[in-house]
Amino acid sequence: MRAAKADPLIGFITKRFINYAILTAIATLSAYALASAILNPAARYLGRNPRPSDETINAILDNLGVNPNTPVIERMWNWIVNLVTQGSLGETIHNTTVVSEIAARAGTSLRLLIIGTIIAAIVGVVLGVWGAVRQYRFSDQAISYGSFTILAIPSFVLGILLMILATMLNNLLGMQLISFTGEYTAGLDGGWWAHFWDRAVHLLLPTISLALMGAAAYSRYQRSAMLDVLSADYIRTARSKGRTRGSALVRHGVRVALIPMSTYFAYSFATVLAGAAVTELVFSWHGMGEMLVNAITQSDINAFTGAILFNAVLILIAGTLSDVVYAALDPRVRV
Amino acid sequence: MTEKLSTAAPGATLPGTGMPSTTAAPGPGAEGRQPPSNSPRRLLEVKDLKVTFPQHGGAVTAVRGVNYHVDEGEFLGIVGESGSGKSVSSLAVMGLLPSSAKVEGDILFEGKSLLGRSDKDMSRLRGDGISIIFQDPLSALTPVYTIGTQIAEALQLHNKGLSRLAANTRAVELLKVVGIPNPERRAQSFPHEFSGGMRQRAMIAIAIANNPRLIIADEPTTALDVTIQAQILEVLQKAKELTGAAVVLITHDLGVVAGNADRIAVMYAGRIVETGTVEEVFHKPSMPYTIGLLRSMPNLATAGHSRLVPLEGRPPLLSNLAPGCPFAPRCPVAIDACRTSEPPLTAIAGDPLNASACLRVAEIAGGVLDRRHLYPVPEPVAAAERAEVEPAKVLEVDRLQRHFPLTKGSVFKHSIGTVRAVDGVSFDIRSGQTLGLVGESGCGKSTTIMEILELARPQAGMVRINGTDVSTLSGRERKALRRDISVVFQDPMASLDPRLPVQDLVAEPLTVHGISARERLEKVRNVLDLVGLDPSMASRYPHEFSGGQRQRIGIARALVTDPKIVVLDEPVSALDVSIQAGVINLLQDLQEKLGLSYLFVAHDLAVVRQIADDVAVMYLGRIVESGPAQDIFDNPRHPYTRALLSAVPVPDPALERSRNRIILEGDLPSPTDDITGCNFRTRCPLFQLMDAAGQDRCLNQDPEPRPVGPGMVACHHAEHIELMGAAAGSRPGPAVGHQAGPEGP
Repeated sequence: MRAAKADPLIGFITKRFINYAILTAIATLSAYALASAILNPAARYLGRNPRPSDETINAILDNLGVNPNTPVIERMWNWIVNLVTQGSLGETIHNTTVVSEIAARAGTSLRLLIIGTIIAAIVGVVLGVWGAVRQYRFSDQAISYGSFTILAIPSFVLGILLMILATMLNNLLGMQLISFTGEYTAGLDGGWWAHFWDRAVHLLLPTISLALMGAAAYSRYQRSAMLDVLSADYIRTARSKGRTRGSALVRHGVRVALIPMSTYFAYSFATVLAGAAVTELVFSWHGMGEMLVNAITQSDINAFTGAILFNAVLILIAGTLSDVVYAALDPRVRV
Repeated sequence: MTEKLSTAAPGATLPGTGMPSTTAAPGPGAEGRQPPSNSPRRLLEVKDLKVTFPQHGGAVTAVRGVNYHVDEGEFLGIVGESGSGKSVSSLAVMGLLPSSAKVEGDILFEGKSLLGRSDKDMSRLRGDGISIIFQDPLSALTPVYTIGTQIAEALQLHNKGLSRLAANTRAVELLKVVGIPNPERRAQSFPHEFSGGMRQRAMIAIAIANNPRLIIADEPTTALDVTIQAQILEVLQKAKELTGAAVVLITHDLGVVAGNADRIAVMYAGRIVETGTVEEVFHKPSMPYTIGLLRSMPNLATAGHSRLVPLEGRPPLLSNLAPGCPFAPRCPVAIDACRTSEPPLTAIAGDPLNASACLRVAEIAGGVLDRRHLYPVPEPVAAAERAEVEPAKVLEVDRLQRHFPLTKGSVFKHSIGTVRAVDGVSFDIRSGQTLGLVGESGCGKSTTIMEILELARPQAGMVRINGTDVSTLSGRERKALRRDISVVFQDPMASLDPRLPVQDLVAEPLTVHGISARERLEKVRNVLDLVGLDPSMASRYPHEFSGGQRQRIGIARALVTDPKIVVLDEPVSALDVSIQAGVINLLQDLQEKLGLSYLFVAHDLAVVRQIADDVAVMYLGRIVESGPAQDIFDNPRHPYTRALLSAVPVPDPALERSRNRIILEGDLPSPTDDITGCNFRTRCPLFQLMDAAGQDRCLNQDPEPRPVGPGMVACHHAEHIELMGAAAGSRPGPAVGHQAGPEGP
């Protein structure tokens, strides 16, 4: 019976996946067109002293495939052909390939994003459920005010605040317990364990920063989803069977209230990337967010498009994942 | 089939499974039980229970001093209208009231107080000693767990040692007991895959899982159709027999308790106002409220012969209760003393179990005040006021059809079937007459009237109004014709825009037809007066009116264009029992004064019998039987009509107990199903009684409506309908729905 149900589900997921793939393509190409229209890659060379000749600039731009004299359609076509035939996303203005750039940076960003989102989700759900169950009590009010405060603080301010706190802690302890510049300490001696510890310590503050912002938002959604469920008749039924209030709320309430959240988790995982860009800059991490920001400031069309493609693929994965999770959580959508 | 849950013998083996019974093992639940003795023990005692909900602007006391008890194995019915406190008092017993509620008094279960216990302590009792069945089975089951899991959960909560496998096996067994076909497979289903009746069976399975000593059923059949209601009441009775539990059945329907309960408590405004055995309460009621309630209810046995006696007024608001008897403002025999102090529940003739909260109980019980003449019977419309009606057909419907294509796929839509919502329906209504269109939900009643009100060319068939075929009308003519046919909807709150004052609501149909503002106001005042509302209330908003008054506003709106035909779509089913009678009487009076024709759509057969001249019974988009009301109710010739009528509970315990019930099997099939031959044969009790040749006709020939007696019947074997009565009579007891047939794999 379960097997018979799975078949249309796989069909459904496949259909959604194809939809997302098409959207990813559209998003990337739009980003390419947008970047080509707005960014001016020649400006970088025009400001140099001595100013390179027009021929030289044209040659460099042609080489990168970003010469504004070539029609956008043609450049885009070349970009697609390169992508499909060679798996290449072009070169950055620093003469590295975009693919290698992404490969070097993706791990850094994903480590931050995945750990941050998971912690944010767990903390957000717990706080949201707690706030709903204790609605209008002191703890609910405290959680509400706390999350609104965090939501109102820009992410770079939050990062700097955390740094100040960490510095105060380090001074208090008289030792460098928490390091927060870069991904690791350059030139560190010691074995594998020392390196792992070093990276973990460096990961701490940016992760807290991301997790705090995520948890603040999740807890608001989870609280309202949970409030809908609290007064549901099936909670009363579960209690009438002999569950205590708390047990009924967890087994029957949270389980149902998580259903709408699954969509939100999956998508926000992808959108956190935008917020993470600032966090990465504040903590001097060389991740995808930094790449995106740098690409814009340096008018690097290929790097920009590559970063957008990376983000779009994340959304593709997140969207498909959210459909799978939704179907797994809610039997009513498994038709 | 598991005939007996092993309640008596702990550790006994359940038939069919070969495994030791798990629920009856001696545990915390079994300690309170004693060997059966002749004197029944007090199981539950509620003493002076008060429940108060603190609210902004003053607390509301929903239960104001309720005393009752339930003995072991007893069946107590608690009857009351909405807001009488009947559900709140039962939730107080379960300890399931919101934490803000203040509960006073005492509740003793097996001699031990339940109040002030911790949630953990109470949860050990809930589901084990006391279990509850809630009203709406759709929302009462958790949507994300299978039915089997939810039953197994109830078992495992009270028997920690029970393995998951054993719990699942037992859950399947319980589903079988409550009459779910293919229980092994259905245990894997989710609640949304069950019909309403099946969900309620599953709720009962959860409730009896741990062999409770007390089952509270809170309006268990209110959301269900009458044939399903009959099935569920049977299952409840069976569950009671199997577990030996006492049952408290809470309902607003006096008919439901009449045939099932041993004793009854009637609640009004947060108190019990009368209690006694069913016979005492139904045959010798002594509280004027009970008397009024019984008189005002349309009753299948007596309806149609006499006018209903309405219970004027409305229940008081509990937030602002005046001193004295809360029923005094509605009571026809209230004296001055009634308005100063609230009468206590006093025993009648020294019997402590039969009591009534009325100062004049002695006079009523002693016969000084005659029960039958306590309430004035409303006068019929005087002959001078009656409208002259010419006997002409005002509405003719011929082979009306409405099929909906069922499509699948979001990108490439393709048809995968057809919903035959209305499948060749024919009837006509003569001027000044009422046609009652009855049937269970999903039979196509609403689609039929919507098709008629559309005034457009139907998919197939014909609709004629005043002799005009509506498919030939131009847009202008159609608009003009709309004045002649109007509609009153079921839910008076939902069908009135809360942001408009009553005068605008009622005048709205006139604005469509371009009547001047002055004429509109004049007309509104007239119709408000006609429906018994004070025209000075015209500037108020709908929320300022009670349910019955709101429905009168709906009727006024329907009448404001002087229509000839009024379509009434379940006009009283959303109203409280005591309010219904007034609205029904009003509709009857208006019909006589104005010469109206009614198309009265309802599922409540007693109401239909009260008001209809002719009746058409619908089943799966077809009319299976039609004819004069008297004839159909007294001598139904189609097996479905017969089953439908026998399923309606009658508020008369003697009659109810002697009746032969025909319980239909299963649920209404989906209208997408392709059933060859007669579409009722899948549930037809007569089909099973026919010989092979007779069954063959049902299987292969679609029965056309044909004249049998004074009406039309769509059944091949209408002449053999008496076989059904004989078969039902020969059975010792009514069978439980699904159990009768052999079950498929």
